[in-house]
Amino acid sequence: MDVTRASRLTRAAAVAGLVLLVALAAAPWWAGRADMRLLGEIFLYMALATLWNLLAGYAGLVSVGQQAYVGLGGYLLFALTMLAGLPVLAALPVVLIAGAVVAVPVAALIFRLRGAYFAIGTWVIAEVFRLTAAQLSALGGGSGASLPPAVVRTLAEGRDLREAMAYWLAFGLLVLVLAAAVAILRSRHGLALTAIRDNELAARSLGIDIWRTKLFVYVAVGGLTALAGALIFLQKLRISPDAAFAVNDWTAFVIFIVVIGGIGTLEGPIIGTLVFFALRETMADLGTIYLIALGAVAIVVMLRAPDGLWGLIRARTGAELFPLSRRVTGIPPRP
Amino acid sequence: MEWVNAVVQGTLLGGLYALFAAGLSLIFGVMRLVNIAHGDLIVLAAYLALSTAAGLGLHPLAALTVVVPAMAAAGYALQRGLINRTMGGDILPPLLVTFGLSVIIQNGLLMGYTADPQKLQAGTLETASLSALGLTVGVLPLLTFALAVAVIGALQWMFYRTALGRAFRATSDRQDVAQLMGLNRAHVFGLAMALSLAVTALAGVLLGIRTAFDPAGGGARLIFGFEAVIIGGLGNLWGTLAGGVILGVAQAVGGQIHPGFQILAGHLVFLAVLAVRPRGLFPKMEG
Repeated sequence: MDVTRASRLTRAAAVAGLVLLVALAAAPWWAGRADMRLLGEIFLYMALATLWNLLAGYAGLVSVGQQAYVGLGGYLLFALTMLAGLPVLAALPVVLIAGAVVAVPVAALIFRLRGAYFAIGTWVIAEVFRLTAAQLSALGGGSGASLPPAVVRTLAEGRDLREAMAYWLAFGLLVLVLAAAVAILRSRHGLALTAIRDNELAARSLGIDIWRTKLFVYVAVGGLTALAGALIFLQKLRISPDAAFAVNDWTAFVIFIVVIGGIGTLEGPIIGTLVFFALRETMADLGTIYLIALGAVAIVVMLRAPDGLWGLIRARTGAELFPLSRRVTGIPPRP
Repeated sequence: MEWVNAVVQGTLLGGLYALFAAGLSLIFGVMRLVNIAHGDLIVLAAYLALSTAAGLGLHPLAALTVVVPAMAAAGYALQRGLINRTMGGDILPPLLVTFGLSVIIQNGLLMGYTADPQKLQAGTLETASLSALGLTVGVLPLLTFALAVAVIGALQWMFYRTALGRAFRATSDRQDVAQLMGLNRAHVFGLAMALSLAVTALAGVLLGIRTAFDPAGGGARLIFGFEAVIIGGLGNLWGTLAGGVILGVAQAVGGQIHPGFQILAGHLVFLAVLAVRPRGLFPKMEG
């Protein structure tokens, strides 16, 4: 008898994932310029969705203010490269650490709010960041700033290589975020998180320090979201307070992606992102109707199938692509 | 004198914020629901008044006779048709459903009315003012403040002196026991939401007379109302009025220091209260 996290499906998924990893890493050699930009955007949204899911789906911290960290990361990248003169690649680790450092006092404040009021508290923080950014005259104040060509050139010489670099960075972030999520969920913290997700009271009675576990997740997600924000605005090359701290772009879409894909699973945000982009590429011309439809679909999913698309698939098949839950194998047949 | 003036104007502005907050506070008190779409519903009410006033040739305040019942009816239908299905132990479904609703309302308004800012035309009421002791006070802010005090007083009376208020308090204390005592929980929740949106309708119309509004303005209104609730302390309606006034004064004084600092000052005061008195200044209820 044996207890294992792997199954035939997770092993197959690991092999397929490895093949996909190599194929996607080689995209600059086979994909066109527009395809690469789209793929980069998909990776960044997938990363944001996975991070939000760690907060809301596992730690029970429903944030509607993650745009605070996306914008913070974007502004930090612009400040570090334009004002402090760091090359882009050196600025990125600083953004990651600074995002996590900022998240600590923020958490100390807003963890005082419970449940739904916590959600609005995170939004207030994002507004504070936005209004502060609008006061930064060195970065263009309310109208924002563009990344100067000299800074962009520190990434790589030549347009092709530069775009390939931006793509690899986005892809690298997604791989980092997914690896971090799997690592966290397989660790002691992950076990605590899964327990909190299932029943907070029961988790506490088993001796889990809920506050510290949540703080750990919030800070880790804050740092990684800031890094995602830096990469988003490295692709856009232009930043303004309204774009950097947009609740629709960085939180509403992300929430819809996770809810539709399946909250509280690692596979959900990935599937949700693919659905979101498939819809966007076919329906984007519809503009506001598209957003209304997205909101309506999210409501219906929340009411009718709260576990999302992946939840439906898993309920039918019991499938799990990431080796997370333990199962018993090799039970000898009864004589 | 400028500073006294800022405090007076801020106090009156606080009346509007208290109206934003009262509806939020009411439904939280009765059913522990936080309605993320609350701000968008305020803006929706302003647009409804705009169309009613234009369509029937009414003064915006007269349009209240249409907008308030319409919003109340919509609130009852919304609660019974949609939000009641999400009410359980888990906070995620109501939060995400009202969040989806917020996006739908915002984009629906964008489709119907475009992104151009609109304003309710209220004639002389917009500019009329009173002068005393060297201060000049607009009639509209004064009226708003008086209405806020009246609404909060009426809600307070309703909560503690009427059968409906007793039903609200009973449901708030223990939903299942209230149900056993013959209250229909779904209906009580519907009434609470109807009342909340009736107050919201008043707030929306007063907002629309005071300033220009556009479909994207809901988020800020939700946040101001929420801050007033938390500063004042959960479950205390007069505290909510005090919270609105503190927020309004903070914004007016902040704006006096530097125009770009106005909204930020309000948020900072909110965060300061959260840091020092996490349960608000006058709490009555556990979150």
